[in-house]
Amino acid sequence: MRWLREPIFWLLLLSGVLLYGLPYSEPLFRWLFPDLANPLWRQQSFASLALAHLTLVAVSELVAVAVGLGLGLAVSRPGGQEFRPVVETIAAVGQTFPPVAVLAVAVPVMGFGALPALIALALYGLLPVLQGTLAGLAVVPTEVKQVASGVGMGPWRRLWQVELPLAAPVILAGVRTSTVINIGTAALASTVGVNSLGTPVIIGLSAFNTAYVLQGALLVALMAIVIDRAFGLCLRRLSRHAE
Amino acid sequence: MIEFNGVSKYYDGVAAVSDLNLRCPEGAFTVLLGSSGSGKSTTLKMINRLEPHDSGTLLFGGQDVRSIEVKSLRRRIGYAIQSVGLFPHWTVARNIATVPALLGWDRARIEARIDELLALLGLEDGRFRNSYPHQLSGGQQQRVGVARALAADPEVLLMDEPFGALDPVTRSALQQEVRRIHQLQGRTFVLVTHDVDEALLLADRLVVMDQGKVIQQGTPAELLSHPATPFVRDFFGGSELGVRLLARRTVAQWLRPGEWLEEMEPVDEQMTLREALSRFIELGCQRLPVQSADGERLGVLHFCDLAAQEPTL
Repeated sequence: MRWLREPIFWLLLLSGVLLYGLPYSEPLFRWLFPDLANPLWRQQSFASLALAHLTLVAVSELVAVAVGLGLGLAVSRPGGQEFRPVVETIAAVGQTFPPVAVLAVAVPVMGFGALPALIALALYGLLPVLQGTLAGLAVVPTEVKQVASGVGMGPWRRLWQVELPLAAPVILAGVRTSTVINIGTAALASTVGVNSLGTPVIIGLSAFNTAYVLQGALLVALMAIVIDRAFGLCLRRLSRHAE
Repeated sequence: MIEFNGVSKYYDGVAAVSDLNLRCPEGAFTVLLGSSGSGKSTTLKMINRLEPHDSGTLLFGGQDVRSIEVKSLRRRIGYAIQSVGLFPHWTVARNIATVPALLGWDRARIEARIDELLALLGLEDGRFRNSYPHQLSGGQQQRVGVARALAADPEVLLMDEPFGALDPVTRSALQQEVRRIHQLQGRTFVLVTHDVDEALLLADRLVVMDQGKVIQQGTPAELLSHPATPFVRDFFGGSELGVRLLARRTVAQWLRPGEWLEEMEPVDEQMTLREALSRFIELGCQRLPVQSADGERLGVLHFCDLAAQEPTL
């Protein structure tokens, strides 16, 4: 019964209840917002919005992890060290651009749709992954790396068997930060016509329907908490050897 | 086994070691002794090419190390450093199995080898096998480090200040252990240290280094009795040099056989002359009866013989 004490179990349960139970909560929102004609979002089901939101986050995060991890590894190898400052600067610039601005620039070029949203999200998620990778590789003790070479491991084997496993907790912490931010930012994708949990929020804001905003925001926040918690569990498994 | 002929190594044009000529004979325990910055660690790392040398020739088993593929060279050489060198994310068993796994041994052979080494290093207690390094004491970690270095039965074992971080009691126990393993296996050992007593205890062959050069090499007894330069004399502790010489000799070779003393407690033949000297002073006597480990009467050690340069036997 240990899983009963695990917060993620209760959080997942709550998410399920809200996703499928909110459509039945009209009396509650009518009571909370008596002035609104339609106090409950009915255009799409919350479950389909949540799925669209998760897909958006997953795809853009995968790109961010692939690029961030790849760049981090490349500039920490002997051959790529000279490029390290350049790469770090570019990633930092990617982080300083507000995603809304990226969307505003991307839409005239690429048109409405998922692609500009994915690009904006991936760019925005890159920096924490890259920083996590660089910081993680930097915490691997020099002696351990030297011994790994000293016992006859080649550079790839050393990276795969020694450096990456030891760096993994810090790298994962970077991915965690990046993903949680990404979940919040992905709501903005609805401004360029992509469905997400941000859709009720954006429409609610433009139509002065606070109830819509509340319903969307509640689900986005809950998703961020659940995912954050899931990363916490993975992190604990990864650093088992240090307990 | 290992031969340096005019080997030099430069960092940014400054010589870390220059014109090094030294030999580590097969089966011998060679100790490189020197203060920090003397180039002894660099010398050690040139053997397994962690630090490539810039000029001269370095022979490993008669072959130029540059002509041996670097990974296979390193897998033929055991390498142990201070305890931080264990892989923290691997269990003790997996750490020990590192090189056998790289060499592609089958599972059963690796498991058997792990058991054998855990027993050899006094870690046979079942709980160590699946522990992680941080769950062990410093001394236990170092034992695992030595076990890992020995795992694939390497032709040469290199140790870089392996006991530096340990407390004196643990250190001395491990020194005895390494000495025993060396005698048991007859492999070539090369150890780097700045600790004179450790060097004298372990070495068959001692190399004193300073500022990237070999100052003197030979057996510990040669170096102690004929230090080539004032530097070597100072390194062996100047005024304590004589006492250190005594520490290298055992009572067994310096006693006078055929004599005996009834009224005194006999000492063991394995006692060092240094300990015997202490006993003479403590008891205020001139002679000590000596017996073997199984109680056989061997003879009497005379105080005046301690100063002799050659054994009485």
